[in-house]
Amino acid sequence: MAHIRISSLHKYYDSVHAVRGIDLDIRDGEFTVLVGPSGCGKSTMLRAIAGLENIDSGTIEIDDEVVNNLAPGDRDVAMVFQNYALYPYMNVFDNIAFGLRARKFPAREITARVQAAAETLDIVELLKRLPRQLSGGQRQRVAIGRAIVRDARLFLFDEPLSNLDAQLREGMRVEIKQLHQRLGKTMIYVTHDQIEAMTLADRIVLLKDGSIEQEGAPLDLFERPVSRFVAGFLGSPSMNFLPAKLVENGTYLGLRFADDVTLALPAAASQRLASRVGQDVTFGVRTEHITPARDGELDDGFVDLLVTIDLTQPTGSRTYASFKLAGVAVQAELRAHDVEQPGEQIKLQIDMNRAIVIDPSTELVI
Amino acid sequence: MTVAVRAAPGSSASLWQARRRSLKTIARYAAAVAITVIFLFPVFWIFMMAFKTPDEIFSRPPVWLPADFNLDTFKALVRDGDLGAIWTSLITAGVSTIFAMFFGTIAAYSLARFKTGGRNLAIGILSQRMIPPIVIVFPVFLAYVFLGWIDTFHGLIILYTAFNLPYVIWMMRGYIEDIPIELEHSALVDGWSRWQVLLRVVFPMARAGLFATTVFTFIFAWNDYIFALVLTRTEVVTFPVQVTSWFGQQFVFWARIGAMSMMGTLPIFFAVIVFQRYMVRGISLGAVKG
Ligand SMILES: Nc1ncnc2c1ncn2[C@@H]1O[C@H](COP(=O)(O)OP(=O)(O)OP(=O)(O)O)[C@@H](O)[C@H]1O
Ligand SMILES: [Mg+2]
Repeated sequence: MAHIRISSLHKYYDSVHAVRGIDLDIRDGEFTVLVGPSGCGKSTMLRAIAGLENIDSGTIEIDDEVVNNLAPGDRDVAMVFQNYALYPYMNVFDNIAFGLRARKFPAREITARVQAAAETLDIVELLKRLPRQLSGGQRQRVAIGRAIVRDARLFLFDEPLSNLDAQLREGMRVEIKQLHQRLGKTMIYVTHDQIEAMTLADRIVLLKDGSIEQEGAPLDLFERPVSRFVAGFLGSPSMNFLPAKLVENGTYLGLRFADDVTLALPAAASQRLASRVGQDVTFGVRTEHITPARDGELDDGFVDLLVTIDLTQPTGSRTYASFKLAGVAVQAELRAHDVEQPGEQIKLQIDMNRAIVIDPSTELVI
Repeated sequence: MTVAVRAAPGSSASLWQARRRSLKTIARYAAAVAITVIFLFPVFWIFMMAFKTPDEIFSRPPVWLPADFNLDTFKALVRDGDLGAIWTSLITAGVSTIFAMFFGTIAAYSLARFKTGGRNLAIGILSQRMIPPIVIVFPVFLAYVFLGWIDTFHGLIILYTAFNLPYVIWMMRGYIEDIPIELEHSALVDGWSRWQVLLRVVFPMARAGLFATTVFTFIFAWNDYIFALVLTRTEVVTFPVQVTSWFGQQFVFWARIGAMSMMGTLPIFFAVIVFQRYMVRGISLGAVKG
């Protein structure tokens, strides 16, 4: 078990400023996911924590000890790499035992621990094989075995599932979550897959260009994104964004689109945005908050809209339907049989309570 | 007969094709044999001289195979201590190869992983190897006279090591860069030291490259003539120098040249046989990335 404190961490690769002043506290036993687009510095952060990368400034503390100058082997961390990092000339047993041998464990203890790890991961019958005789999923297990056998205080995962096919990935995701629950260790997990991030994390740290864009519980980020980037990154399909103008609309405010359609904002949002009337904004709404309108009165904060569906994408349980609003394609998430054919007209309702308004000049949610 | 051919019109065509294919194969084999004979004949001829009597060597028309394979020449080489030249070559080439491989691999690791000297140092090092030996041998001669290293084992060994280091560094840097860095990172996180990582990860991963580079380094040193000729006298006589000493103005000792050539080829022959398995892969790996 370990808690980690990172303060104003900076890392340059020659002229590339890969990590730009990260401050991060990770509690004991927490499952933290670092997520963000390619090149945002996730792997660099992880390698810095492991001690594999020199940092240019800032401090990294593990259990209140500054580890900046500690060799990777002295930090008592275990790491799983994206390409598994198995030694092709050693069999599975020796691969798993490699870290124990480095720490001079007695032979009997090594055998017992490797056996136990292999049982946990269901790879006992593979112990005699070479890595090249394993499937991708099996290699992944061995790589995880290499990490758990040492009983380190901190686990680091760098996109461990990205080389697996979708189905296997789902299975391994569950296993990693169970592993965390069973071991109760502090884990830091890097991915650029937002579903992995949402499903695994106690806490998500969303990185962009080497800085933290937002951190918090998965649903926190999902429901209360601080910026257009966060709103667009989490959620699949991704959020709809439309340019609009903030206008007076009776008692409250409204959003007017290019074709003069105006959607009423609910009371709370109107109060918050009162000082910005007349400003250009970006309106953001998730697909699942655009649904077929029910008969009768609309609920508070809902608006309705008659639209013509241009395109449908049935997935089986849901159907994603596109329509145009002020010339911009917008996606709604409907039930399977709400629309049968493109070209149909349908009355939709938008839950404006869940919509966000973004200042396009700062890209921040207002 | 005609009926059969007409019934299966395709078969005559395919028969003809098959014949053409087998003709092609025969032609290919013939060419291979011819080329082999052309290239190996001089080697065969010089080797056979070792077993021939002086009369057989100079007879006209030539004698292809000696009447009896007599070993007198070999006995003479042993008696006169000329075989010591093989031993001298083994020592100078062998020890310098060990040194060059050891220091070269470490330097290559440093270049590959710590980017020592930036981008240009590696090129700079390789350029050393491009200087023709004849250009450096006389300055080295002067230095060696000053140091008193002329005609010594350590003199030759140090020179061979220095001359082969750039090659080893260049080749091994390529092989090491081909090793996924995560394998080393993983070992470091596991708690192995850098030296242990070198021993337990880098060497096994670069095994093919290590073998190939070792063999070539050894062959370069083994085949050197110009350095040994200029820098040695009578104490340290390597095999190529020894062989050329038998090309006299009045007389050429063909039998000895033949016998010694044979002895000098054997170590290389065995080295290549033993490492062949690794070398083909090693050479091609180096070719992809340098
Ligand atoms: N060894 C290196 N030398 C130079 N630049 C590097 C090096 N490693 C990373 N970078 C740069 O640093 C930035 C962050 O890289 P990093 O590998 O941490 O990204 P990442 O978030 O892990 O991306 P991905 O999702 O693609 O793995 C990138 O711009 C990358 O080009
Ligand atoms: Mg990465």
